[in-house]
Amino acid sequence: MLEAEGISVSFGGVHAIQDLSFKVEKGEIFSIMGPNGAGKTTVFNLISRFYDVDEGRIAFEGEDITKVSPHAIARKGIARTFQNVELFEHETVLKNLLIAQHIHKKTSVLTEFLFTPKVRKQEIAFRRKAEDVIDLLHLQNYRETTVDSLPFGIRKIVEIGRALCMDPKLLLLDEPSSGLNPEESEDLSFWIEDINEDLGITIVMVEHDMNLIGQVSNRVLAMADGKELTTGNPEEVRVHPDVVDAYLGT
Amino acid sequence: MRFVLKTNYGRDIDIFKHRAHAAWYIVLIGLLIIAPLFLDVFYETQLTELFIWAIAGAGLMLLVGYTGLVSLGHVAFMALGAYIHAILYSRGWPLVLSIPASAIMTGGIGVLIGVASLRMTGIYLAIATLAFAMIVEKVLAHWPALTGGHSGFRVDDPTLFGLSLDSSTAYYYTCLTVLLFVFLAVINLLRSPTGRSFIAVRDSEISAQALGVNLLRTKTLAFALSAALTGLAGALYAHRIGFLFPDAFTIMTSIMLLMLVVVGGLGSLHGVVFGAFFITIVPQIIAIVRDWLPTELVQRGGLEPLTFGAVLILFLVFEPLGFYGRWVKVRLFFSQFPLYRKKTFLRQKSYLKTERVH
Ligand SMILES: Nc1ncnc2c1ncn2[C@@H]1O[C@H](COP(=O)(O)OP(=O)(O)OP(=O)(O)O)[C@@H](O)[C@H]1O
Ligand SMILES: [Mg+2]
Repeated sequence: MLEAEGISVSFGGVHAIQDLSFKVEKGEIFSIMGPNGAGKTTVFNLISRFYDVDEGRIAFEGEDITKVSPHAIARKGIARTFQNVELFEHETVLKNLLIAQHIHKKTSVLTEFLFTPKVRKQEIAFRRKAEDVIDLLHLQNYRETTVDSLPFGIRKIVEIGRALCMDPKLLLLDEPSSGLNPEESEDLSFWIEDINEDLGITIVMVEHDMNLIGQVSNRVLAMADGKELTTGNPEEVRVHPDVVDAYLGT
Repeated sequence: MRFVLKTNYGRDIDIFKHRAHAAWYIVLIGLLIIAPLFLDVFYETQLTELFIWAIAGAGLMLLVGYTGLVSLGHVAFMALGAYIHAILYSRGWPLVLSIPASAIMTGGIGVLIGVASLRMTGIYLAIATLAFAMIVEKVLAHWPALTGGHSGFRVDDPTLFGLSLDSSTAYYYTCLTVLLFVFLAVINLLRSPTGRSFIAVRDSEISAQALGVNLLRTKTLAFALSAALTGLAGALYAHRIGFLFPDAFTIMTSIMLLMLVVVGGLGSLHGVVFGAFFITIVPQIIAIVRDWLPTELVQRGGLEPLTFGAVLILFLVFEPLGFYGRWVKVRLFFSQFPLYRKKTFLRQKSYLKTERVH
């Protein structure tokens, strides 16, 4: 479904990613792990097209997306969250979830000025979708709360909800469990499984928490200094000598 | 505190959330409709001017308050709207055509400015739009064949389908009608996907892009709509002053418009009304206070820009949510009395963000 072939990118002198290849199969939960600065977030930014690859190509559903413009990625069916949360802070949770349905809009500015019945119907459909996501992630209590007054843990969940509102085929989660308390982390692992199984969304997840990775993911890519160390199932990767070395910093 | 029970989605989408809410606005509009019956000409024209400011303010609010782009050049759109309309009208176009045409043409120029300034934000955008305003001012002054240059351009009296709108009362109703339509259109836009995409761009450009919002398209559209509305206000303003000359549109007007949106409250249409009221009333207050001040100070001039500047800074520092934000707080205070806690409005600590794209 998603395929990276020999991608490299550097910033000034820093080789953030060097000749990295991986392949994500439809329907799986694929994790990326690695120490700080390994280049995990950079991989996401390359897929989202915030950065250009220097070399190599990225294909989604067989189509080369290395030259697609950043806003067109969403329409291909790729949604993402951000490591440090990038919500629309001054707006309510509901509004955030509504904004996320932008790619499904079928109305023009002119009809919106007049707020024709078609626009109203679309608004109702958007709200239904938002309510489904609110129910799924138990966000009922925060529906009308503005994001800047939410605790960090809730914001992370809202951001996942926002990505789900896009009805994506592929969901990129950047460290979903960081900043969550143990209970929230546990809920998270169930949600990730639900999203994957019930909604049929393929997931690529950057994560540090080996427990979470072990619980939900089928395969793990371990990387350090922009290079692949190994790819395999969570148990194998956890004990792989290169991975142990990378984490011990030798 | 009033809890609005939402029993269906329609409730959430509707402009008025509950009956009492609608009733207040109907009373307000009713008052504005009967106002000319008991107001003299002076107050009537003041209110007419307030309506015109509110239209221009709605335009600028779309750009600054909702899309997060700043412009110091909006006086240029106002001037363009005024001149284009006056010129078309003098060449025999009917009012109902020349006013929309001037708004659309000004919007078109807004597109150009929008595209040109796409890569700029903040202070750079402010400077670029300022430069644009200066260019427009020069063009208006140095193209006498079209604009009359410094000797000015007489605006023909407004008539609509043979009906003269020249009396202050007729023009009051004209501007009020346009204002109501403009507000309705803007409210509709803001509760639709396009309005939300403006907000998305304002709050986080990278998130907006990740959600499929085309930055180029959205910013250009915001500029175009903003320019068109301000141009529309300019066209109405043309008849209000009756005679156009380049000095009627100076940077001071841009600053006043910016102050309108800041003082009223960024990101709120109520704020536009508060702001328009404010900038209409301040010159009057200054005129009154002037008599009490030492003559030395008054004769030196510049009292108005000084006051406006000082107020703008005070608001930016102490009340970034503007009059509307203050009003919301006061309302909450009374509805919760005596349980109001000062902490309610303290901003939560925001989480540290790294500099790079994350
Ligand atoms: N826009 C950028 N400009 C310069 N350097 C960058 C940029 N983005 C990433 N880097 C560098 O690339 C390397 C990889 O960064 P990246 O954010 O991908 O790491 P990460 O694996 O996500 O780490 P963490 O676990 O801390 O999130 C780092 O050395 C970082 O400084
Ligand atoms: Mg990272």
